[in-house]
Amino acid sequence: MSSPSEKRPPSVGLFVTCLVDTIRPGIGFAAAQLLAQAGCEVDVPRQTCCGQPAFNSGDRITTRALAEQTIAAFETFDYVVVPSGSCAGMIKTHYPELFVGEPDWMPRVARFCAKVHELMAFLVDVRGLRAVAARYDGTVTYHDSCSGLRELGVHDQPRLLLQSVEGLELREMADADVCCGFGGTFCVKYPDISGAIVEKKAANVIASGADTLLAGDLGCLMNMAGKLQRMGREVAVRHVAEVLAGTGTAPAIGMARREGGT
Amino acid sequence: MSVHITSPAFKENAKKALADAPLQSALSKVGPGFIGRRTAAAGLLPEFDALRDSARDIKNHTLAHLDLYLERYETKVRAAGGHVHFAVDAAEARDIVTDICRRLGAKTVTKGKSMVSEEIGLNDHLAACGIEPVETDLGEYLIQIRGEAPSHIIAPAIHLNKDQVEADFRRVHAHLPPERNLSEPTALLAEARGELRQRFLQADVGITGANFLVAETGTSIIVTNEGNGDLTQTLPKAHIVLASLEKLVPTLEDVSQLLRVLARSATGQEMSVYTTFSTGPRRPEDVDGPGEYHVVILDNGRSGMLAGQLREMLRCIRCGACMNHCPVYHAVGGHAYGWVYPGPMGAVLTPSIIGIEKGANLPNASTFCGRCEEVCPVRIPLPKLMRHWREKEFERHLTPAPQRFGLGVWSFFARRGWLYRPATRLAMWGLSRLGWRAGRFSTLPLAGGWTRHRDFPAPEGDTFQAQWHARKAKRGQE
Ligand code: SF4
Repeated sequence: MSSPSEKRPPSVGLFVTCLVDTIRPGIGFAAAQLLAQAGCEVDVPRQTCCGQPAFNSGDRITTRALAEQTIAAFETFDYVVVPSGSCAGMIKTHYPELFVGEPDWMPRVARFCAKVHELMAFLVDVRGLRAVAARYDGTVTYHDSCSGLRELGVHDQPRLLLQSVEGLELREMADADVCCGFGGTFCVKYPDISGAIVEKKAANVIASGADTLLAGDLGCLMNMAGKLQRMGREVAVRHVAEVLAGTGTAPAIGMARREGGT
Repeated sequence: MSVHITSPAFKENAKKALADAPLQSALSKVGPGFIGRRTAAAGLLPEFDALRDSARDIKNHTLAHLDLYLERYETKVRAAGGHVHFAVDAAEARDIVTDICRRLGAKTVTKGKSMVSEEIGLNDHLAACGIEPVETDLGEYLIQIRGEAPSHIIAPAIHLNKDQVEADFRRVHAHLPPERNLSEPTALLAEARGELRQRFLQADVGITGANFLVAETGTSIIVTNEGNGDLTQTLPKAHIVLASLEKLVPTLEDVSQLLRVLARSATGQEMSVYTTFSTGPRRPEDVDGPGEYHVVILDNGRSGMLAGQLREMLRCIRCGACMNHCPVYHAVGGHAYGWVYPGPMGAVLTPSIIGIEKGANLPNASTFCGRCEEVCPVRIPLPKLMRHWREKEFERHLTPAPQRFGLGVWSFFARRGWLYRPATRLAMWGLSRLGWRAGRFSTLPLAGGWTRHRDFPAPEGDTFQAQWHARKAKRGQE
């Protein structure tokens, strides 16, 4: 999908996010595959976390240290792509706030942030991808994660690509754009409120009649999958990149490894 | 004396609210009602977002020159024969009001809806001074007879359902025939009207809030849907306006811009039913109006906000859209927040008034979903301001110890990649071995907050980074 005028494929540093790195590496491989399909040269520099948990806990010093670490690791790439709206939003919209009033840093941070993109937005808006070669036999519903939607405008891109997946039927649920109650550390600081919010989300997922729930953020996916499973519901929960990359046959989030997906 | 604060017990309040079936049924109507109407009203006005920009700019301009506009406002009120009183804090504001009431020998005061009155705990204070306050806004009347605080800034009784109201009316209006039919909302409304009508006529002083104070003309403006504000302020001997200092606006032209976003954001109406302008007391040629006109302008911590990082909060025009769109407010309602102002705007404003020590839960109890900022008519970056409070809390070591400890351990590893990577590999290897059969955990040590309400997925196995670099090495590129 690279444009013919380009001499060399653009280099993409894949920032997988700490959750994908540790809990579900398959999303990282799916993202790398999609980026390669979009004509990019992908690499994965050594990384830890973008700093969002510290930022939202009010710990500016740790946030700043992690931001510097991330910038140093990724700034040589043409692009930095993140399979999470929340972490991409953290870097792209909030890193600059951490360096305000520091002329040594500000231009460097601005240059860096301009290269950072959420995966779906990058594939569609930057690389012009319009379709993928994948098959998924199922009815899916898509949850818009908050930061991706409101900080980065990720809404149409995943839906556009999903429409090109063979065998897939997209069925919108009510309130797809309402928070699932994850909120990072919120879900463990205020478990009862978070539990009540995700219960409403799960009810909307179930009411849609879809057999698969997709979203672009693993935190939200774990929250919703965990709730649906606690309720005994057989909805397969996956990252949208997995379905688009054709790896949607791996066991869904929270499902047993041996028996295959639902 | 001030309003009882239960914000430190936010978690327990929330737990009770979540288990309160009538409350949950009342709350389930908040989202669909308000959100749908606001979306429709905004959609019908192509320039709505441009108007929001202009509303923001008007408020920013006013805040930047607040001293100037306050001065001009005071001069204009005086010229119209009214009085302006500045109150540094709640106690001062209460004293100013009771002094006026005492001087006029007031026995009862009627009140239009005013959140500032709640903020300064005026009703209890008046009652303690032997002056009976009578709320005339229907919602405020309901919570007054129940001895409750408002649970929403524009719909104070939104936590109640019709059956509760009927029971309260039968209890309080014991002089009315017990067999009367109160099954229809209109019957309840008519009964409240009848009760309040006499009270309007008895009142010696009328107290209202203000949505705007206009510097150009010295006018105070209230918007209501019931018209109760008009009777409250025109019938008695004196009209007292209670307003916090951020209600100031330079000109009537500015007000007309702000009104266009206010009602649409609040209730989805193009305009509220009544928009009442009051300038000074009755003039000789007027057919009605109060003999005295007083404005009490409350600071209560706001001039401090003006100078600091929370200044943007002073743009708030109290439309309530942020709470109407808040998933946390939808889940627990307004009372759980434990003080006068609930929802996202309360999460920012409350700690500046009652202190972060007591108010710390409020800015923490947000998922940062950003919907409040998305709908705020004056574009207040509410999540950013809540994060500001979290920073203050962290800097001052007020963050709860387990949370701070957890964050400390995590940040120790996250800042040292060479330790982080082997540590996460080992942890994920262990967890995936434990959880591979079920695919998930229903309980996990140290993760009780998570697993109380949902399962936790077992990790796939090795970390992504380890697998990626192993594959890369295999391909002979490293
Ligand atoms: S913060 Fe914004 S949305 Fe909330 S009440 Fe104030 S003006 Fe309305």
